[in-house]
Amino acid sequence: MEKLIIFLPLLAAIISGFFGKIVGNKPSQLITSLFVSISALLSIYVFYNVTIFDYSNNIVIAKWITSGDLDVNWSIKIDQLSAIMLVVVTLVSAIVHVYSIGYMSHDPHQPRFMSYLSLFTFAMLVLVTSDNFLQLFFGWEGVGLCSYFLIGFWFKKSTANAAAIKAFLVNRVGDFGFALGIFLVFYIFGTVNYEDVFNQVTIYKDDNLKFLGLEFNVINLICFLLFIGAMGKSAQIFLHTWLPDAMEGPTPVSALIHAATMVTAGVFLVVRCSPIYEFSPLILNFITVIGMFTALFAASVALVQNDIKKIIAYSTCSQLGYMFFATGVGAYNVAMFHLFTHAFFKALLFLGAGSVIHSFNDEQDINKMGGVFKHLPYTYTLMIIGTLALTGFPFLSGFYSKDLIIEFAYLKGNTVGFYACSIGIFTAVLTSIYSWRLIFKTFHGEYNNQTQSISSMHESPAVMLAPLIILAFGSILAGFVFKDLFMGYGSFSNFWEGSIFFLEPLTKEHPPAYIIYLTPILVTISIPFSYYIFLKNKSFIEGIVNSNKPIYLFLKNKWYFDELYEVLFVRSSKFLGKYFWKKIDGLVIDRFGPDGLSSLFKYFSIKAIKFQSGFIYQYAFVMLIGFSLILTIIIVK
Amino acid sequence: MNFPLLSSLIILPTIGAIFILFGRSSTNYNSAKYISLFITFTNFVLSLYLWYTFDKTNSDFQFVEERIWLEGFINYKVGIDGISILFIILTTFITFLCVISVNSTVQNRLKDFLLAILFMETMMIGVFCSLDLVIFYLFFEAGLIPMFLIIGIWGGQRRVYSAFKFFLYTLLGSVLMLVAIISIYWMTGTTDVIELYQIGIDPRYQNLLWLAFFSSFAVKTPMWPVHTWLPDAHVEAPTVGSVLLAAILLKMAGYGFIRFSVGLFPIASEYFVPLVFGLSLIAILYTSFVALMQEDMKKLIAYSSVAHMGFVTMGIFTMTSQGIEGSIFQMISHGIISAALFLCVGVVYERMHTREINKYGGIISVMPRYAVVFMVFTLGALGLPGTTGFIGEFLILLGTFKVNFLVATIASIGVILGAAYMLWLYRRVVFGEIKNPEVNKLTDLNRSEMLILSTLAFVSILFGFYPDPLISTTSASVEGLIELFTTNIKIYTASNL
Repeated sequence: MEKLIIFLPLLAAIISGFFGKIVGNKPSQLITSLFVSISALLSIYVFYNVTIFDYSNNIVIAKWITSGDLDVNWSIKIDQLSAIMLVVVTLVSAIVHVYSIGYMSHDPHQPRFMSYLSLFTFAMLVLVTSDNFLQLFFGWEGVGLCSYFLIGFWFKKSTANAAAIKAFLVNRVGDFGFALGIFLVFYIFGTVNYEDVFNQVTIYKDDNLKFLGLEFNVINLICFLLFIGAMGKSAQIFLHTWLPDAMEGPTPVSALIHAATMVTAGVFLVVRCSPIYEFSPLILNFITVIGMFTALFAASVALVQNDIKKIIAYSTCSQLGYMFFATGVGAYNVAMFHLFTHAFFKALLFLGAGSVIHSFNDEQDINKMGGVFKHLPYTYTLMIIGTLALTGFPFLSGFYSKDLIIEFAYLKGNTVGFYACSIGIFTAVLTSIYSWRLIFKTFHGEYNNQTQSISSMHESPAVMLAPLIILAFGSILAGFVFKDLFMGYGSFSNFWEGSIFFLEPLTKEHPPAYIIYLTPILVTISIPFSYYIFLKNKSFIEGIVNSNKPIYLFLKNKWYFDELYEVLFVRSSKFLGKYFWKKIDGLVIDRFGPDGLSSLFKYFSIKAIKFQSGFIYQYAFVMLIGFSLILTIIIVK
Repeated sequence: MNFPLLSSLIILPTIGAIFILFGRSSTNYNSAKYISLFITFTNFVLSLYLWYTFDKTNSDFQFVEERIWLEGFINYKVGIDGISILFIILTTFITFLCVISVNSTVQNRLKDFLLAILFMETMMIGVFCSLDLVIFYLFFEAGLIPMFLIIGIWGGQRRVYSAFKFFLYTLLGSVLMLVAIISIYWMTGTTDVIELYQIGIDPRYQNLLWLAFFSSFAVKTPMWPVHTWLPDAHVEAPTVGSVLLAAILLKMAGYGFIRFSVGLFPIASEYFVPLVFGLSLIAILYTSFVALMQEDMKKLIAYSSVAHMGFVTMGIFTMTSQGIEGSIFQMISHGIISAALFLCVGVVYERMHTREINKYGGIISVMPRYAVVFMVFTLGALGLPGTTGFIGEFLILLGTFKVNFLVATIASIGVILGAAYMLWLYRRVVFGEIKNPEVNKLTDLNRSEMLILSTLAFVSILFGFYPDPLISTTSASVEGLIELFTTNIKIYTASNL
C-alpha cells in the first residue's frame, strides 16, 4: 500500500507527460487528479494506522548504490513524522490538482502541467519517506527540479525562465552545504542510513575535526552543513531570494510547492535529524536566530509589496522562519504542528489569490484591484478565513500553532529564547497588518482597475472553489483537532517517541498569562487598525512613507539582496569566465604553448632558409669562421 | 579460454575496413554503410557477451591472450579486468551509434569516413585491453591518426589549425611516454604489465617515469593547462568526430591513469597527489567559469568536458574505492552524456548551420521532442540525482572528502557552476520567444535521431537509478588495485624507516 501511495503519482506523471497528446487534455487531468487523490486517501489511512495503532514500517524496495563501505537502498520509511508529511503532501497535492483543472483551462499545455505536478508529488513523497540521507537528497533535488520546471512553465516569458534558473541555482548553493553534510556524516559514521547514524551520535558527540586550521566539533559541523541545505530549500534569509521570484509560475504551483510542501522540506530535515541536532545547542541557537531574522525580515518586506502573490510569498518565508525558530528552541513537534496548519491556510490563501487573479484576468497588482467583495463573495469569504487563520485569530488553526511557538520560545529560558519570543510577537503583529492590508486593498475601497469594468467580475468556477472549501475547513479546524496529537497531550503522550528525539523532555509548564494573551489581543486589534490606516485614512500611511523615504525604499527593494548578489556573484562570475577565457587561455596558454611553439619553429626555419643562400662565397666565409674558431679553441687549450 | 574473443573484438573493425576499402562499388555508399553497421553491431553484441561471461568476483585479468611478436622483447598480450571491460562496451556502443548517425552528418567521402571510424574502433578497443606497454603505446598513438584525419578532412573552416594543435599537444606528451616505456624495459627487462605489477618499479625512478606518463595522459584527459586543444578540436570536428573524441578518446587517458600511473608507480602516485588535486581543482573551477561565458554551443560543452574530467582525475588519485569507482562511473557517464550533448548540437547545427547560441532561442515551440531529450542530458551533465552524472560525481566527492576536506569542498563549488552554465545554455537555446525567423523552419527529430538520443537517455537514466551492474563489475578489480597500492606504500615506508 505504501508503494501505491508513492508510485501512483509517478505513474500519473508518466501517463500524462509522455502520452498526454494521445489521451487528451481532459483524461490526463482526470487521471492525474484521480491517482493523486487515491494516494491521498491511502495516506490518510496510513496516518490513521500510525496514530491509533502505532503502526510503523520500513520497506526496502531495491539497492541503489553499493561502493566500498557505502550501501544505500531505495526505501519507504513510515513513522509518525513521515505519516504526517504524507498526509500534508498528498492532500494538498490532490486539492491543487483538482483546482488546476479549472485554473489552467485556457492553457495549451495542460497535460504537461499536470504531469509536472504529479512528478513533483512523487519526488516529495520520496523525500519524506526516505530512510537515508541519500534518498532524501534525491527527493530534495527532484522537488527542486520540478519546481524549476513549474516556475518556468510559461517558457516564453523571459522573467519566468530567469526565476526558474535562479530558484535552481540558489537551491544548489544550499545543496552544496547539504551534500557536504552528507559526506561528513558518511565520513564520521560510515553510513548514511538514519537509524545507524542516530544510534552512533552519542559515541562521536565530543569528536573534533580540523578544517582550515580550525577545530570544529563534528556534530556542530554536520548540523551546520545540513542546515545550509535546509536554508536553501526553505528560503531562509540569505538564501531566500528565489522564493518571491518563483511566483512567476502558475498560482497552483505557488500553493503546492512554494507554500505547503516543498519549502517545508527544510523544516522536515531538521526535525528528522533531531537526534543529531539535540547534541548541538550551538547550532540550535543559530537556527533560532536565522529563523527569527527571516520571520522579521520577510514580514517587513511584505508590508510594502504590491504584488498579491509576492506578499503571500514573503508571508510564507516569514512563517517558515517561525517553524525554524521552533526547532531551534527544541520544540520540534510544535514546528511540525505549524507546518501542518500552515499547509492548509497558506494553500488556501494562494489558491484564493489565484481565484482573484483569475477573475481580474491575470492582474496581480493590488493597487489595481479593490471594491469587489460583493462580486466575489465566495473567494472573499475564503480569503478572510485564510487570513484569520494565518494571523492567529483565536481558535483558528494558526492561533494554536503560532502561539505555541512563541510560548516555547519564552519557556526556553535563555537569551536567544527571549529575543525569539519578542520578535515572534512583533512579527505576528506585522503579519496581521500586511495580511489585512492585502484583504482591504483587494476587496474593499474603490475599484481601481482601468482595463475591465467591475460588472464583468465573475466568481471562479466550482471546480476551483470546491478545493478551497476543503482547505477552509482545514484552516479552521486543523489546529483545534490535532492539537493534542502534536503536543502529546492526553492519550498521545508517547506519539513522537519513535521519530523525534528530545534530549530533555518537553516542558509542560505554561508561561505567564500575559504572554499567552498578548499575541491574540494584538493580532485582533490590528484588524481595525489596518482598516483605519489602509481604507479610512490613507493620508496617514502616505505621511509615514514620505517622511521615511529611505526606510520605505529599503523595504520596497527587499533590503537590496538581489542587487547585492547580482554584483557579488553573477557579475563577478561572468567577469572571471571572460578573464580566464580571453586572457589566460588565449593570451597566456595558447600564446606561449602551441602557437608560440609553432611560430618559434617558423622563425628558426625562416632563418635557416636564409642561411642557404646558394652563394659559394658565403658558404666559404662561414667555413672560414668555423675553422678559425676550432683552431682558436685548440690553441687556447 | 579457447576462442580469442578480445582479438576478435580488436580485429573485426579492421577486417570490415578492408572490405570497404576493396569493395567494388566506389560510388554506392550504401554497401559501405551496411558493412560498418553490421561490423559495429556484431562488435557491440560480442562485447556484451564478454560482459556476460566475465567473472565479476575475480580481480585478476581474464580472457588473457598472449602471442610472441618479437622474441624476448615485445609480446602481443591482451586481457581485461573489471576496470577495462566497461570502457570496451562503451567503445563498441558509442561507435555503433555513431555509424547509425553518420549518413546524416557527413556529406562527402562517406566511405573514407567510415574507414576512419572502424580503424579507430580497433585502436580504442586495443588500448583498453593491452597488457603490454609497447602494444598499449602503439594503439594509443595510432588512435590519434584517424581522429586527426577526421578533424582535418571533414572539419570546419579552421580545421587545419585545430588538427595541428590537437596533434602537436598529444604527440609532445606521448613522446615522453615512449621514452619512459623504453627505460622501464631497460630497468626491468619486460614490458608485460602483469609482470610489472608483481615486480614493482624501483622507487627511485618512479617519480620521473610517473611524470613522463603523466605528461601524455594529462594532455589527453585534458587537464589544465594543456586543455586548450580540446575546445578547438571539438568546434572544428564534425559531429561524429566530437562524439568519438569526447566519449572515448578522452577516456583513454583516465583509463591510463588508473591502469598505469597508479598501478605501476604507486609511490610516485602518492607523492604527486597534491599536484593532481591542484590541477583538477583548477580544471573544475576555471573551465566552469569559462564555460559560463561561451557563445558557441560546442565550445561550451567542450569546456564542461574538461571540468568533468577534472572530477575524474581527482577521484582516481584519492585511492579510495568510492573515488576510483566513481571515476570509472563518471567516465562512462560522461561518455554517454557528452556524446549525446554533441549529437544534440549536431542535430540543430545540421538544420541551421550555426553553433552560435544567440542565433537560437525558443526552439521548444518547433522541436518539442528535441527539447525533452536535450533536457535529459542537460540534467545528466549537471549531475541531477537519478542520472548517471550524479552517481559519478557523488562517489568521487565522497571519496575525496575522506582524503581531504578542503579539496572536496572546493570541488563541490564546481557542481553549482555546472548547473549554472548548463541551465543557462538550455534556456538560451530552447526556451524563450523565437527571435530568429530561421528557427521557425526547424523540423523536429527524425526517426533515427530520436532512436539514438532516446537510447542514450534511457541508458543514462537507467544506470542513474540502478547503477549496481556497472559498479559491481568494477569493484573487485578496484579493490585489487587499491590493495596493490597500499601494500606497495607500506613496503616503501617500512624500508625507509
